[in-house]
Amino acid sequence: MSTPIQIVPGTGTAKKPPPAQKEDSMLLQKDLINGNYHELATAREMNRKVSATFVPGNLNELLMCFDFARSLPETNALQNGMRKKSGKMIMDAERDGHSEDVCTYVKADLGMMLQGQVGPTGEPLPTPDVLLLSYTGCFTFMKWFELIRQKYDCETVMLHVPYQGDGKISKNMRDYVLKQLKENVIPTLEKVSGVKFDIDRLRQYMKESAKAEEDLVWTLQSAKHKPSPIDGYFGAVYYIGPIFTAFRGTPEATKFYSVLRKEIEQRIREGKGPVTPEGEHPGEKYRLVVEGPPNWTSFREFWKMFYDEGAVVVASTYAKVGGVYDFGFRHDPDHPLESLAEYCLGCYTNLNFPQRIDMICKYLDEYQADGLLINSIKSCNSFSAGQLLILREVEKRTGKPAAFIESDLVDPRYFSAANIKNRLESYFQMIKQKRAASTAAQSAVQPPAMH
Amino acid sequence: MKLTDIVARCEQLFEDLQLNAVKEWKAAQPGRKAIGYMPIYVPREIIHAAGMLPVGIFGGGDQLEVIQGDAYYQSYICRIPRSTLELGLTGRLDVLDGMLFPSICDVIRNLSGMWQIMFKDKYVKYFDLPQNYVDAIGGEFYVHEMQQLREDLGRLAGKEITDEQLRASIAVYNENRKAVRELYAYRAEQPWQAPTSELYLVLRAGCVLPPEEHTQLVRAYLAAARAETRPRRDNARVVITGSFCEQPPLSLIKSIEMSGCYVVDDDFQLIQSWLLDEVPLAGDPLEELSKAFLHRSTSTSSKYDEMKEDKGKFLLRQIRERGAEGVIFAAASFCDPALLERPMLQGILAQHKIPYTAFKYSENTGQMAPIREQAGTFADSIKLWSAA
Repeated sequence: MSTPIQIVPGTGTAKKPPPAQKEDSMLLQKDLINGNYHELATAREMNRKVSATFVPGNLNELLMCFDFARSLPETNALQNGMRKKSGKMIMDAERDGHSEDVCTYVKADLGMMLQGQVGPTGEPLPTPDVLLLSYTGCFTFMKWFELIRQKYDCETVMLHVPYQGDGKISKNMRDYVLKQLKENVIPTLEKVSGVKFDIDRLRQYMKESAKAEEDLVWTLQSAKHKPSPIDGYFGAVYYIGPIFTAFRGTPEATKFYSVLRKEIEQRIREGKGPVTPEGEHPGEKYRLVVEGPPNWTSFREFWKMFYDEGAVVVASTYAKVGGVYDFGFRHDPDHPLESLAEYCLGCYTNLNFPQRIDMICKYLDEYQADGLLINSIKSCNSFSAGQLLILREVEKRTGKPAAFIESDLVDPRYFSAANIKNRLESYFQMIKQKRAASTAAQSAVQPPAMH
Repeated sequence: MKLTDIVARCEQLFEDLQLNAVKEWKAAQPGRKAIGYMPIYVPREIIHAAGMLPVGIFGGGDQLEVIQGDAYYQSYICRIPRSTLELGLTGRLDVLDGMLFPSICDVIRNLSGMWQIMFKDKYVKYFDLPQNYVDAIGGEFYVHEMQQLREDLGRLAGKEITDEQLRASIAVYNENRKAVRELYAYRAEQPWQAPTSELYLVLRAGCVLPPEEHTQLVRAYLAAARAETRPRRDNARVVITGSFCEQPPLSLIKSIEMSGCYVVDDDFQLIQSWLLDEVPLAGDPLEELSKAFLHRSTSTSSKYDEMKEDKGKFLLRQIRERGAEGVIFAAASFCDPALLERPMLQGILAQHKIPYTAFKYSENTGQMAPIREQAGTFADSIKLWSAA
């Protein structure tokens, strides 16, 4: 699971695609992300300690209170995936004894270490001083950091975030997370960084978080317009980039979301669809909700399949993987630690199945989508195990068609373009037929005109 | 009771996917209820204290044809959730009044929500276990989780579960764990007398029998095994690890033994030996169960190792205490916890110069020749090294 950032055209293909089209906010976002990699690369010479943590349930504001440079291993893996570097990393990790069956984010990360720990931008990534194991919504996280700890012997602090098995956050769950924050996480971060915790500093960051969250939600919900000015899946990975990674709580993130919002307001005024790497969207023919993370190794090719068919994704569950904000949650500077606990507990993959299904049905309704597409990811059991039931339930409850494709996060061996394209084309045909049938049924029951 | 009769009874219980033993137990007294649980660990004492029968559900094994269950899972998901769904969808689990899904991995976690949707008339609970081992933090959370389960089951039973009932159930399970520990110790001491293919069946009987009856069965098996004299072979002594959830087929265990290995420890049925010693009967029962979990329980890949130094400690202890000469990593295909843990444990074994081999299986693996060859070569190599 994780958050994407920038499109880098593929290398090594026979025909190089034309340069990707980008909006100002995309360029700003690229600067932010590359800037963070540079910060990590120069952390040692700047005498800064380095933390690593995962996207879902990341405690960015808290880590900033201790002046850590912040690395997110899933983001590193996906960036390497987008740059076509992950395939060899995965194979290196498999040669080093890791099973072909397990998560490729983990193997891409371990493979990157085996290759000398050079980050996606070509700058070196330092060994973390602390691993903040926020165990939120994904079992693999625990083993991932155990594996890194085994290799680098770095300090590791566990934050166990209980799963919403009953579909709600109980006081016991909240108290448990809060206690761990107070009694384990903060003291460990103080010890590693040598910086004393200042709750007012945390409050300050959280004020920024809340502002950015407001604009993020507005952005994602702008897809309710027809035509949608954004793509809520492929495009959204740019939008969630800063707030799901090392920038939540920074003025830079607040600025990014404000620029983004203005851009989208402008697009709505002009009645435009989303910007895609191929250029302006050709016109919205299908509105979809997507469940599951994207494939990163063929990200542009994957997006183009939708572009070619005139499909726009109006909402996705993946855009909620680093925080569910569209049902009202905001980081709360008045209750900073409680709010961090609430945030972790509420991440998408920490929701139970009935909650996930409710959310998707709600999106289909509120975003007036034609149907649901599930991109089932081999690496990610947290998302994928049971998705076929989600498909059935959503179809049953909404009457809208659903389709299922399979790929992987960063393993290029598991992206079959022809299969996916075929399935998508059949799916769009199905939507078209369903629409035609529904129009025919409506005209059959239409009362005669009164005048 | 004769050894062959005991083993035959256990085998019959093991093969009975209709859970007739559970049905009979329920029928013996109107109003009785049974609660299923999945691997690895739930505090069965609470179910027992409610007057209910805890029933271990470890998938469908190699005798079940999975048809409907496959329709819910992609090819890259392990087999246990699909065969468990198959059991549910074909009515074989109708006898259960509820199901517990402990925190073990994302697949079983998600299955809990699927169960809520697909079996709406049943009690379903995802049972979270703490990954923080401080009494005042993880312990307090865990006590609350257990209290919630206690209240839920009390409601289902129509009466509250008292502390005295909990203590009585703890005592019953203390006895059961003691018997299982004795069985494991005996097997490690004289593995030719208590082959793992039999021990495994005796343990699996504990999934469907009331604990009191299971304790008697374990003791009866021990007595019968001691009374026999079986030929001793020059086999390699191995620990099997990684098989704690989806179970290997019985034929796979037999194949490993036939290939020249004595299994002297394993993690097939961890729940029966999860708590390493007696849970005290004095004091608050839930707090005592919590302390036992936090400070005196087994180690497995679904449980967080707080310190780097903790990794592999338990496996090394198993090897040392059981006098094992090597380790077989046997993990279910696509089992994230076992397969992610494996390279770490292998690294530690390499440091200690302990030989190991590794393979994957699924509960319906049918081809045993490759397993036999691999395990046989492994056993031979151990014998060659130890002779050198």
